Parts: sequence; C-alpha cells; structure tokens
Amino acid sequence: MVKQESESANRPDNTAFTQQRLPAWQPILSAGIVIPGFVLIGLAFIGIGVALFVTSRSIQVLELDYTGDSNGSPCSSCSQSVVTNCKCSLNFTLTTLFQGPVFFYYGLSNYFQNYRRYGASKDDNQLYGDLSYFTSPSSSCSPYDYDSSKKPIVPCGSIANSMFNDTFTLTWTVNGTTNNVPLDGKGIAWWTDYNIKYRNPSVTPLKNAFNGTVKPINWAKPAYELDASDPSNNGFVNQDFLVWMRRAALPNFRKLYRRIDASGDYQKGLPAGNYTIDIAYNYPVRAFNGAKKIVFSNVSWMGGRNEFLGIAYLVIGSLCVVMSIVMLIVYAKFKFPDEE
Amino acid sequence: RANDRAFNLSHGYANNAIRTSKYNIFTFLPLNLFEQFRRLANAYFLFLLILQLIPQISSLSWFTTAVPLVFVLSISAVKDANDDINRHKCDRQVNNRKVDVLMDGQLKNEKWMNVQVGDIVKLENNEFVTADLLLLSSSEPLNLVYVETAELDGETNLKVKQALTATGELGDNIEALAAFNGEVRCEPPNNRLDKFKGTLTMNDDIYALDNDKMLLRGCTLRNTEWCFGLVIFGGPDTKLMQNSGKSVFKRTSIDHLMNILVLCIFGFLGFMCAIMAILNAFWEASEGSLFTVFLPREAGIDAHLSSFLTFWSYVIVLNTVVPISLYVSMEVIRLGNSFFINWDRKMYYPKNDTPAQARTTTLSEELGQIKYIFSDKTGTLTQNIMTFNKCSINGKAYGDLYDFSGQRVEITERVDFSWNNLADPKFSFHDHSLVEMVRSGNPETQEFFRLLSLCHTVMPEEKKEGELNYQAQSPDEGALVTAARNFGFVFRSRTPETITVIEMGKQVLYELLAVLDFNNVRKRMSVIVRGPEGKLTLYCKGADTIILERLDPSCNKLMKLTTNHLNEYAGDGLRTLALAYKDLDESYMKDWTQRHHEASIAMEEREEKLDELYEEIEKDMMLLGATAVEDKLQDGVPQTIEQLAKADIKIWVLTGDKQETAENIGYSCNMLREEMKDVFFVSANTAFALEKNLRLELLRTACMCQTVICCRVTPLQKAQVVQLVKKYKQAVTLAIGDGANDVSMIKAAHIGVGISGQEGMQAVLSSDFCFAQFRYLQRLLLVHGRWSYIRMCKFLGYFFYKNFTFTLMHFWYAFFCGFSAQTVYDEWFITFYNTIYTALPVLGLSLFEQDVNDRWSLQHPQLYTPGQKNQYFNKKAFVRCVMHSCYSSLILFFIPWASMHDTVRDDGKDIADYQSFALLAQTCLLIVVFAQLFLDTYYWTAINQLFVWASIAVYFAITFTMYSSGMFLIFTSAFPFTGTARNSLNQPNVWLTIFLSSLLCVLPVVAFRFILIQLRPTINDEVRAKARKEALPAPAPRRTLKKRITRRSGYAFSHSQGYGALVMSQKFLLKGHMRRLALFDHRDSPMVQNQPQHYRTITEESESQSP
Repeated sequence: MVKQESESANRPDNTAFTQQRLPAWQPILSAGIVIPGFVLIGLAFIGIGVALFVTSRSIQVLELDYTGDSNGSPCSSCSQSVVTNCKCSLNFTLTTLFQGPVFFYYGLSNYFQNYRRYGASKDDNQLYGDLSYFTSPSSSCSPYDYDSSKKPIVPCGSIANSMFNDTFTLTWTVNGTTNNVPLDGKGIAWWTDYNIKYRNPSVTPLKNAFNGTVKPINWAKPAYELDASDPSNNGFVNQDFLVWMRRAALPNFRKLYRRIDASGDYQKGLPAGNYTIDIAYNYPVRAFNGAKKIVFSNVSWMGGRNEFLGIAYLVIGSLCVVMSIVMLIVYAKFKFPDEE
Repeated sequence: RANDRAFNLSHGYANNAIRTSKYNIFTFLPLNLFEQFRRLANAYFLFLLILQLIPQISSLSWFTTAVPLVFVLSISAVKDANDDINRHKCDRQVNNRKVDVLMDGQLKNEKWMNVQVGDIVKLENNEFVTADLLLLSSSEPLNLVYVETAELDGETNLKVKQALTATGELGDNIEALAAFNGEVRCEPPNNRLDKFKGTLTMNDDIYALDNDKMLLRGCTLRNTEWCFGLVIFGGPDTKLMQNSGKSVFKRTSIDHLMNILVLCIFGFLGFMCAIMAILNAFWEASEGSLFTVFLPREAGIDAHLSSFLTFWSYVIVLNTVVPISLYVSMEVIRLGNSFFINWDRKMYYPKNDTPAQARTTTLSEELGQIKYIFSDKTGTLTQNIMTFNKCSINGKAYGDLYDFSGQRVEITERVDFSWNNLADPKFSFHDHSLVEMVRSGNPETQEFFRLLSLCHTVMPEEKKEGELNYQAQSPDEGALVTAARNFGFVFRSRTPETITVIEMGKQVLYELLAVLDFNNVRKRMSVIVRGPEGKLTLYCKGADTIILERLDPSCNKLMKLTTNHLNEYAGDGLRTLALAYKDLDESYMKDWTQRHHEASIAMEEREEKLDELYEEIEKDMMLLGATAVEDKLQDGVPQTIEQLAKADIKIWVLTGDKQETAENIGYSCNMLREEMKDVFFVSANTAFALEKNLRLELLRTACMCQTVICCRVTPLQKAQVVQLVKKYKQAVTLAIGDGANDVSMIKAAHIGVGISGQEGMQAVLSSDFCFAQFRYLQRLLLVHGRWSYIRMCKFLGYFFYKNFTFTLMHFWYAFFCGFSAQTVYDEWFITFYNTIYTALPVLGLSLFEQDVNDRWSLQHPQLYTPGQKNQYFNKKAFVRCVMHSCYSSLILFFIPWASMHDTVRDDGKDIADYQSFALLAQTCLLIVVFAQLFLDTYYWTAINQLFVWASIAVYFAITFTMYSSGMFLIFTSAFPFTGTARNSLNQPNVWLTIFLSSLLCVLPVVAFRFILIQLRPTINDEVRAKARKEALPAPAPRRTLKKRITRRSGYAFSHSQGYGALVMSQKFLLKGHMRRLALFDHRDSPMVQNQPQHYRTITEESESQSP
C-alpha cells in the first residue's frame, strides 16, 4: 500500500478544480432566449417609459430668467456691473394652482462649479470646525487662503468665496392685497452635510471662533452673521452655504433656495394669481456670459421634471421590439442551432 | 600550485562556492525595485506618480497611482523573492555536497564550497566532479577515467580521459600525492568546453596539458573506482558555470502584439491629451478668462501655460488606458494555466510517475497558436525499443498467431523460456512453434539463430554468472542477439579472435576470422568464422534488397517465399533484415585473407580495394530467412498525428536517422499514407540547402508538401530548419524531442517540448513544457493550448474594453468641465477599480473559461485553427474593442447626463451635484462592465459567480463604508463623499438611469452577436450548439490503421561504420570487459541547477528528403 502511494506520488489530484471539470452553467445566445428576451425587455421599457413620461408631464415647472442681459427685462439695470445693492422685481402670473409642495430654486448657467481647481479650493478640515485650520487654511484654498494683510480667510477657498448672494422675497397679489409668501429655508441641504460634514467649532458665542480671521473677500457679512433671523443657521451650517458648497456636476445647474411653506393659503401649493419676486441683485454673472434664473417646481416619485428618461425608455423599448422582429426574421431564415 | 593553499589564496582565485541567486536579504529591495522599474510599464507609473506630486498638475491624489503600483510591485517582488529563495536553496545544496579533499597529508571530507584551487580531491565512482580538475591518477589501467558529460553537452556516451603518465604514477599513494607540488599554468577561465591549454611544471619537467586531462565540473565519474584530481578552476570559474549564461526569454506573439498595442495606446493617450490641451487653451481664452471673477488664475499662469499643464493633468487622468495591472494579470493567467497543465491527470504517465510539467510559465497561450510541429523521431515518436517480432526461416513464417477463425490474435500467452537459464526474462515472443522447431533441432532454424548470435558487433557484459548484459551499438542489433539468446544460442563472450556461444546448453568456441563491416553503401555486415569442426562459414545479414541480389540461384524458390514474408512485415511497419550464409573452403579463404591483409594496409584506395574484396566474397550466399524487428511506436502516436493534422498543424519530422528509417516511421505513424499521390522525393544535402540562396526554395517546396521528413540532420541543422520556418512563415512553431540532440531545436522554436523518456534529461531541462508521452501533445495543444489562448484573448479584449470605457468617460466629461482635468469618478473608485472591484471577476473569466469542454475540443480538432490564424485577438479586434468602449462610454456618460442635469431628488433637494453624478457614473460603469463580462463568459463555474457577485457586493460595501459618516469622522479630508451614497442611491430615477444605461450598453451587443451567429456561425458556435444538445461527444470511432500495400525498401541496421574494426582490435578490449557505451539512465544531476547552453555541433554530411 505504502509502496503504491510512493509510486504515484506525483500523480495530480483528481478534483474537479484541478482537472477543470467544475460544474458550470453554459448559457448560449439561443433564439429561444434572445428573441423573447428582447420582446419582454421592450414591453417592460415601454411600460416604464409611459409611466415616467406621464409622471414627468404632471410635474409643473416655472422658469424665470432674471439675468437682465436684454434691455427690456426688469433687471437689466442691475446687471450693469458696478451697481451695488441693486434691487429689481419680477412679475409672473399663475392661472391655475401650482401643486404643492413647491420648491423655489435659483439657477445658474455657464457656471463652472465643476472646474477642477474650483472644486479643490476648499478646506474640509476647516469646514469641519477644526480650529487649527482656522489660523492656517489649507494651501488648496489659494488664492483665497489669506487676504492681502496675511490674515487667514474663513471659510477659505473659491467655492466659499463665490457663494451665491442674491436674495429673493415672493409676494402674492390677490384681490388687491399683497401677501408675503412664507418661504421655508430649513432643511434644504443634505442631512449629512448639515449634521456630519460641516460643523461649527464648539465655541460660544460662535463669533469668538472667528477671531483673527477675515471673511471671504466677496462676502458682505462674516460667516457667523449669515442669517440674522436665526442664530442657529449661522457659520458653516448655514443652509444656503451648505447648498452652495455642494458643487454642481455640470455648468448649468439649479440649487434649492427655499420651500414654499405649506401653510394657510399655500397648503395645496401656490394658488392662482399674480406674483412678484423682489430680488436683491448682488451676484455678477454677465462677466462670464452666465445667466441667472428662478425656478419653481414641484416633484414626484421620480424627482424633478425630466422628460428625457421617459422618452428614452419609450424609444429603446420600441427599438427592442423592432429588433426582436428583425432577429426573428433572421432566425427564421438561417435557424442556426438546428442546423447540422 | 598543488597542495599549497597559502600560495594559491594569495592569487585570489575563485573558490568553489557557486551563487546563482540574484539577491540577498539586504540587496533584495533596491535591486528588485531597480529590476522592476526597468520594465516600461512600471517606469511609466513611477513617472505618473512623480507627476502627481506636482501640485499644479496633479489632477488626482497620489494614492490613485501609488496603491496599484505598490500592489503590482509587491506581487512581482513576492514572486521574485520566491524564485530567489529556491535558487538559494539549490546553491546551498550544491555547495554543501561532500567530497574527499587531501589536506595535511590525509583525506578529509569537506563541503564543496570549501574546496580551493590547488587542492587535490579524490572522486569515487558515480560522483559528480567537484570543480574543473586536472586528472592526476586513477584506479584504472593507463590512468584512464570514464566520465559522462551529459550535463555539459548532452552526449550520453562515456568519454575517456587519461592522466599524464608522470602524475599517474602517484596512484592512490596519499603521501606521494600530498608531496605533489606541481605547478599549473593555464589559460584564464572561459566557456569553451572542448579546449584547454596549459602546462604542468613538476620537478623541473614541463608537461603539456590539454582537454583530455581535464575533468570538468558537471561530469559524472563512471566505471572508475576512484581518481585524484587537482582543482584548476573553482565555482564560478568552472566551464560549466561560465557556460550557464542567461537563458533567452521566450516571448509569445501576444506579448509582441501587446508591445505594439501599448505603444499605440501611448500614442492615443498623447493624442487625447493634446486635444484636451488645445481645447483647454480655447476654453481658457473664451470662458476661463472671464470666469476669473470666481476662479482667479494662479499667479504666473496664463492660458498657454494652463493648457500645457492641462496636457500633463490629462496624462494623469487618462493614464488608465495603459492598464497597470495588465502585465501582472497576464502573468497570473499564464501561471494559472501552467498549473492546470501540471495538474492534468490525463497527461500524467503512471509508469514513470511523471506528470506533465510547464517549466516556463509565460508561454501558455502560445500553445493555442501552433502551426508547425518539429518532431524528433527516436524516443519521441518511437519508444526506441526494438523487439524481435517475427521471422521467416527457410520459407516458414513465425511470430503471427491466428485463432481458429483465421483472425490474428493480439495477446496470447508468452512463450516460456525457462528451459534456457540464460534467457533474458524481459524478452517475449508469442509463437510456440518456433521454440519447438529450435528444440527439435531443425538445422535451418539452428543455423538462423547461430547467425544471429555470431554476426554482430555486440559487447557482452557478464557481471554475475548467468546475468548477461548486451551493449549493442544499435537497438536493432541488441534485439536480434537477445532473440538468439532466448532461443538457445547465447552469445556469451568475445575476444578479438574468438566468439563464445552457448548453443542449446553446449559451449561452442568460434574463431573469428574477419568482420566485414557495415557501411551505408554496403548496407550489410558479415563475419567469417571457423566453427569447432573447422568449417569456415560466412554469415551475412543486411538490407533485404541487398542480400537478395547476392544469393545463390539455387535458393530462388525460397527467395520468393521469403520476399512475400518480407513484404508482409514491411506492411506492418517492421524493420526487416535478410540473413544468409555461405560455406567457404580453406584455400580460397587463405587467399582471400592474404589479399584482405594487403588491401587493409594499402596506402591508396584502401577502402575501394576492401569493398571490392567484400563484394567478391559476399556472393552466391544461401538464404536463411529474414527477421522483422519492431521499432515500437509510442502509444497513440498515429492517432495523435492524425488529430494534429486535422487541426491543421503541419508536422515535420527532423531526424538524424537514415531516409529508410524515417520513411518507415512516417508510414507507421500515419504521416505518410498510400493515398498521398503527389508525394515526391527531394534528396539533397540539408546543409547545402540551408545556405542562403536555397533556403527559400527549400521552404517553398517543403511547405507544398503535406508532410515533411528531414533525415540525417544534425542538431544544428534541426535548429536551422526551425529558424527558417520561424523567420519566413511567421508561424508559431513547436519543437518536441527527447534527446540532447534536440536541445538546439527546442531552444530555437517558439515552444520547446521535452519528452521525459530514456534519453536523459537534457531536452527536458531546456524545454518549456515536458511530459512523458508523445500522445499528450494533442491534449496539450488541443485542450490546454486552445483554452489558454481563448482565455488570454478574452481577457485582453475584456480588459481593454473595461479600461477604455472607464477612461473615456473622463474625456467626455472634459467638455462640460472646462477641460480642467476634473475626473468623473471619486478618486477612491479610480484607485480600486482595477485592483479590487474588477480584478477577481476578470481573473475568473480568464482562468476558468472554456468554450467547450476537453472532450469536445479533442473531438473537433478544427476548433484549433482560429488560434493559428490569430483570430481571437489581433489589431482588428483591438480596434473593435476600442470602438465598443467608445460607444459604451458615450452611453455611460450621456445617459446620466441627460437624466440628471435638470432634475432633483424626490424631496426637492440637490442630486445633480458633482458627487452624486460621480457615484451614478461609476455605478453605471461597474454594472455595465459586469454585464459585458456576463456576455463574454461562456463557462460559469461557481467560482465565477462568486467572484462577480462578491465584487458587486464589495463595491457597494466599500462605497457605503467610504461614504459613511463614520469614515468622515475618522479621516476628515480623505473621504469627502460623505453621504453621497445614501442620498442618491435611494432615488428611483437614479436606478432607472443605471438600468437604462446598462441595458443600452448590453442589448446591442447581444443583438449583434445573435445575428452574427445566425449569419456566420463559427466552428465554436457550431460545436457549442452541438455540445448543448448532446451531453458528451460520441466516442471517436477506433480507426484501424490501413495496412500498406506496397512494399517499402527493407531495412539496414541503424548502424554506423567502424565497429567491426573495433571489436577486432586489442585496444578496445584492454579492460577485459566492455564499458557500457550507449544509454544510461540519469540520476539526480547538478544540471537541474545549471544548464549549460552548449551543444555539440556536428558537421557531417547529410541528406534531406522531403516526400
């Protein structure tokens, strides 16, 4: 017995693995799978496409450009750069109810928040409330890390410095009376940004934490005074700041400004009537051929309005069905796997 | 200077320790890194890493390159370290071998490594020679020493070395040796095995030294009890070590293609980066300069410089088109396939306990592309075992057995030779009637065997009483003498003048008067003997055509009968010989002897005169009969050759044998068939034909033939033929052989296969793959080779697809981000994409893939042809693959772009932000890449499934972990994507986008492939479809080999000239018994560690024949 073993000591093991006999599933592109598969996928796509399209159509969107680059537009006077603290107002009329909940966005075009150097120009540690980075911001913030007198800028970097600073108030005129539409600015940023990623230093009052630092060059007020009405909405956890800091993927983007507070007359959304938006026009975009707009939109289960997805599903679904017919014809002619 | 260590040490000669390892513990890291960075790919990534450290350029964090680079480097380093540890072990084993060294007047057992130049060492029988030694004295007469040099030059015969008489007198007298104070002056160490020049100064006498007095390291002492030698060169200075140069790396055609492709990709990368740089310049001029309100330029950087920096930034971002893990993955795949070859039980030969072995692990896919096979004959196609199979005596045929129905019986009881106590127990014969005939004393039969026992040049060796061993110069002859021995005519011993034969138990002494030696022209040999009764007889055996011409007319009738038998034997592929005798009368013999003597001392035209004399006496002979010796083919050779031919592989047999032998084997192994009508013969001198102007002609002629057999080729010519085909046909070649004479050919071919047979280890040691039987070749090629090739091609195609798709997304994104080298994905995703997320599934595909299983592969050898034509992966396929990636990346970028650019979450919050978009894009990409893998994989084992699903799971696990709050709290700035996963992956429109883009990438491929299968099904598709219907292929019908009708010219012995004279000479028999001349089995040898790259070049006239 022992001898026999030693005689075949080099015999390879007889396992399915070493002998490459592992049981395996060997799918094959047979007509029986491919053609019905295409039909099924096509039908499913058409179904999804219809649902998406219908949903998307039901979403109301109202876009109002207020860049003011054409002479007739209400903000054209403000867009001529030098003017500071310029005010202008925009009117629009709703003939039917704008179904709630209604979201109030501002939109920018040709704005490269996704530029690499722009995106890198911030200091996560500083924004996390780490005081040691208040005095020495990361070099990635350059040139917005120190001001001309070598004082550290907090929050540093291009993104923070370029924060959108137009403000809007919305009024509803009905039966001659003008009502301020209540806007809700709470919780418009991501929960994780508000609770995890951005933090104020645990110094009270918050102002003290910013001793020895300066506000970003473009800012009118320092970070700890961003929201005079709500002391807890200041510093790095200011909702508008958070929304701005979540930089956009594409050069045309919109960001959430406010929610229409669903209370009183606005429980169902924006009722029909005449509306006026008063704009504090601060943010210059004409210099780089940018555009600014205001967007009112409601949402559905599929998010905001996007007709592309529905149409794409419909088109591809139909193509699948067409393709399956083509394949059926080809198969009927050649019948490959049956052939010997 | 002998016996003077202090003096010798002062000259700083190398001691006998050898070191083949490359590194030690301290030098490993720097040296190994240096080695690795010499590879272009690694250097490229080091360069990238440096680029990334420049802040103005760095578009990606350093870890995206550093992590994969470290990963790749460490894998290679581990492999190198392992190899080097093995070399260390081997060195240590060799260095620690013991040898007797003469020190301070007595012999001490020392380790090899401690032997110094000038020491005197004592070697014993079968020991390896320690270093290059000057032979001083030996146990044998005339100070002869027998050495075997197989490990040096592959020659298996023994060589004689002789010491100087002056030193030989020292004998084994320790005191005399200790007092020996000779001084040797010689040439510096070199690698010429056949040359040595030096002088020995001893007691004021100067003796010339040459190669005959040297024992080289690597030789083995044989048949010599002991000898003493003076160490001349030690360790690294020895000729063996000087010869073990760097072995040539063989690279596969895929490797060459890869080099070209990688260069193309570099060009492509440069092109893309240039486009980006130019567009960036435009963008900076038109948009960027205006956007400086919010994004001021860095000091001193204007649009032009920015565009220049953008170029380098994009080099970093797009670097993944040159995949870093490509080379490592290829190595891993080849290694895996090599292991599968090692593990294959169907290539394991139980008789020798030899599994197949892939000695080179970097060539596996080339096995699937072989177009030409160059095969040795002896030992490769044949077993090199001759068996006495049949004979015809006096018109009666023996050897075939028929049962009652007239069918030939294959296996019957062996004839019992126990009545003959000198019989060779290994001999087997199945026809009882012949034994009865001999024992009954039939005179013709007895004469027949008497002839066999007398007419030969075999040397007997009788170590113990009754234990005879024959040393035959050719195996045919050995078989015949052994047959005679078993039938009661035992050739016992010979002296130059006599031959002793035990005839049916009686000792009979024959006087040997003359040996009429064999040569190529005569194709026969004769002996003239005087029997005990004083009768003079000439016994002759030779090629049937020759003998039959020289017969006495009285045996015409017998001749006819015998000719019929000969035809029959030839039809069975046996080697035939005709036997004849002639009685001579005393007076004629006296006269003839006189003339023979005169002729043999004639100064002019000696050979012609001798030939004339031989011709004169070898006529009017009486036919005795004929023998048929089977040159046993290895098992399954004809079937294998047939299979390989079906796979459109051309087989050329290159053999040193004569034309008839080669031709005969060609027939018996099915390479030549009767129905080959357009067979034509070209007899030429290969050496001549290999000259420049005739090369192409030879090649063209040879390639028109279905089968090519080159005979009488020397090892060098074998290599030349291989190189010729390699060079002009651009085809992948494989050489298979078993002997030292095949080494050159094995090294020259793309792939060398060694048969670990009887002819020693030389071929195996220089081969890339080795196994025990020729028939395993079909499995190696048709199964393993094909699979390896398919796997490698699928791997490459898929790998390029996945990396191009991955990279091109950055390119499309550039148009939306101001050409700022912003990446589409999270940096961590870039880091992990090749190393973690997709590494295992790709390996799964490329290790386990099989289109059809091994049985179907063997059933349909045609499946092999796409590999030969390089159809699965070539430049075209690469371009297709790039186009496909372009399509996929366009879909993968623009579908998410279109569906995300203006949308929001279902709670109105942001989702079109950069981080969500990155996550969406990378998730789409990964799913598409896996879906493509799904389409490419034909063979889904549990492991593949596990790899794919686990990788997807790992992706989500890692993503959610990296984007979790916890990770951000621990490493604040390392993972800035906090919360992205949970905020976007819970949105239905995100998933709908993923679903849409995945299907949009996959469905066209499915449709295209389906239609392609319908319109133009490949052989693979057909076999796959068939395999699906029937679980297992029907067993191949057992082909019975067609019997040959025409008679092939008979057989001369595979003999060379000159042995006749040798057996008659005194000198040869000096030692009383013959030394073994021919084959030796090889034991453990130092060759395993050191392979001398040397072979003997034989410049010998040769002829080539191409049927």
